[in-house]
Amino acid sequence: MFGLGIDSGSATTKGVLFDGNNIIEKIIVPTGFDPSDTIKQVYNVLKNNHKVYTVTTGYGRGLLPEADKQVTEITCHGKGANILSSSIRTIIDIGGQDSKVILLDRDGNICDFLMNDKCAAGTGRFIEVMMKILNQNIEQIDEFIQNKEPVKISSMCTVFAESEIISLLARRNDPGCIAKGIVDSIAHRTSNFAKRLILQEGIFFSGGLAASGEIRKSLEKHIGKGIMTHPDAQFTGALGAAAIACTKIR
Amino acid sequence: MKIRKDLPEIFEEFSEARRNGFISAKEFKDNNRPMVGTFCTYMPQEIPLAMGAAVVSLCATSDETISEAESDLPRNLCPLIKSSYGFGKTDKCPYFYFSDIVVGETTCDGKKKMYEYMGEFKDVHVMQLPNTQQGEKAFDLWKSEVIKLKEVLEKTFETKISEEAIRSAISLKNKERDALKNFYSLGKLDPPAISGSDILKVLYGSTFKFDREQNIDDVNELTQKIIEGYNAGNTLQKKPRILITGCPIGGVTEKVVKAIEENGAHVVFYENCMGAKAIDQNVCEETEDVYEALAKKYLSIGCSCMTPNPNRVDLLDRSIEDYKVDGVIDVILQACHTYAIETLSIKRFVNDNKNIPYMSIETDYSQSDIEQLNTRMAAFIEML
Repeated sequence: MFGLGIDSGSATTKGVLFDGNNIIEKIIVPTGFDPSDTIKQVYNVLKNNHKVYTVTTGYGRGLLPEADKQVTEITCHGKGANILSSSIRTIIDIGGQDSKVILLDRDGNICDFLMNDKCAAGTGRFIEVMMKILNQNIEQIDEFIQNKEPVKISSMCTVFAESEIISLLARRNDPGCIAKGIVDSIAHRTSNFAKRLILQEGIFFSGGLAASGEIRKSLEKHIGKGIMTHPDAQFTGALGAAAIACTKIR
Repeated sequence: MKIRKDLPEIFEEFSEARRNGFISAKEFKDNNRPMVGTFCTYMPQEIPLAMGAAVVSLCATSDETISEAESDLPRNLCPLIKSSYGFGKTDKCPYFYFSDIVVGETTCDGKKKMYEYMGEFKDVHVMQLPNTQQGEKAFDLWKSEVIKLKEVLEKTFETKISEEAIRSAISLKNKERDALKNFYSLGKLDPPAISGSDILKVLYGSTFKFDREQNIDDVNELTQKIIEGYNAGNTLQKKPRILITGCPIGGVTEKVVKAIEENGAHVVFYENCMGAKAIDQNVCEETEDVYEALAKKYLSIGCSCMTPNPNRVDLLDRSIEDYKVDGVIDVILQACHTYAIETLSIKRFVNDNKNIPYMSIETDYSQSDIEQLNTRMAAFIEML
């Protein structure tokens, strides 16, 4: 029997099949406009013929009738990060529609957290919208902004930032420099938000944006501490959910 | 013969008290008795009670009139102030309508400036509340404001308020505070006897019962009944125990209590002004000078509009111990600067001195953040 964890996020849905020690299978798909259909697909693909205990998390965690348990993304991220590396004491997660900071104690238990989900500013959606205006794919962001000088973006609000970028383009600013400015702005905002907690060494960057080395570097600059990540960083929540599922089997 | 009622029925009665109170308020007025509307616990209720007036809280708890209020007030202002003003202006609140005079205090910046506009369509008296509890001068100012309130009421209603009447009002209010304190002290029971949302129903509902003696009897009887049931084995399931502090809650902000209790915890104590903040301390009945006694009690209320504000921390300190609290949730209404700023010192106190988790949440009078509240509460409770 396996632990199946599904993290239904606003941008992507992640699933992990876990045996308690190793990831057996993992999958990530865009959530799209029908999150309950997507979560069901992820469930079907991973369950296959296995016997599973299923834990769902993320904002769509209530959408899968087959789920055995729902756990919040805070707890799942804490658990998942602890599995990826036991040295992690602080998690900074920039998600599709929220960002969060989670502190773990030495045993990997959550001791404090902050969540920002009031507005798109400071979330992955902010970068996504801006990159769309620049006609760039978010996956190629690193090549696009490498060695560029950031242009200062002063608008906090996603809608206003959009028009600010359009006028920056009209003034013939280099799109790469604008994109760098966008990254700088989100990193600055995230670090100010994170510093409301006393950040412990062993800072881990998770969520979809963690794949970008440039964003991580910018975050390091603003926080003033080293930040690690992991190839499976985007699966942190799903892995945590799967790990919680495994403890239920036992 | 007295009709025996079941507990849920009694809780509903309290929760309906605000609505049913409209009728008793009208009867009260039909008997030519004055009604004084208030916005804050700093108002010494004993003074209007001493002239036979009813005292009613006008703090609004729904977003119905916020958009109307925003034609006069800024958007980025606390929802309690906006909606209270809106209900007054649009004449949608019968209690506001029935109030012959509204008494406010210079508590937070938002409220004291709002009263200036409210005065355009209602008789408003604003008491000058010092913004500190320290020093003789602050105390003397507040005492003189208590006396001034008496004079204003005497003039407005063409009556005399005797010291004897104030003294018996003090004794009555003390009895009421004792009854309510005994009731909310049920929260100390572990496992709990009643849910936090039922505690709130009674605390909130009893402010809309105008027959004080009757209210005292009702609350005492209810407490007795709950204890009997508890001793007979009617207990709730053991769950993590939450203390709520921060801005006033009631009405629409009960969504916070709901989010906590639906996600696996009990609210066992309310430190807010609807809860223990104004009930915890009585007025000293031995003090010769009634105005001094009143000024002392009311000035000691630990609201974030005071600087510094040690009494809030003191009450938290005691209640975290007495109620075996596992976690503290600080409820901040959007744009309430003083409570929002104080979150840092309350967090430090709760985390570092009491060694239990703390979370502050910002909310307003809308229903749009229910899911976000649920996620935060569930995560907080999973952490305990």
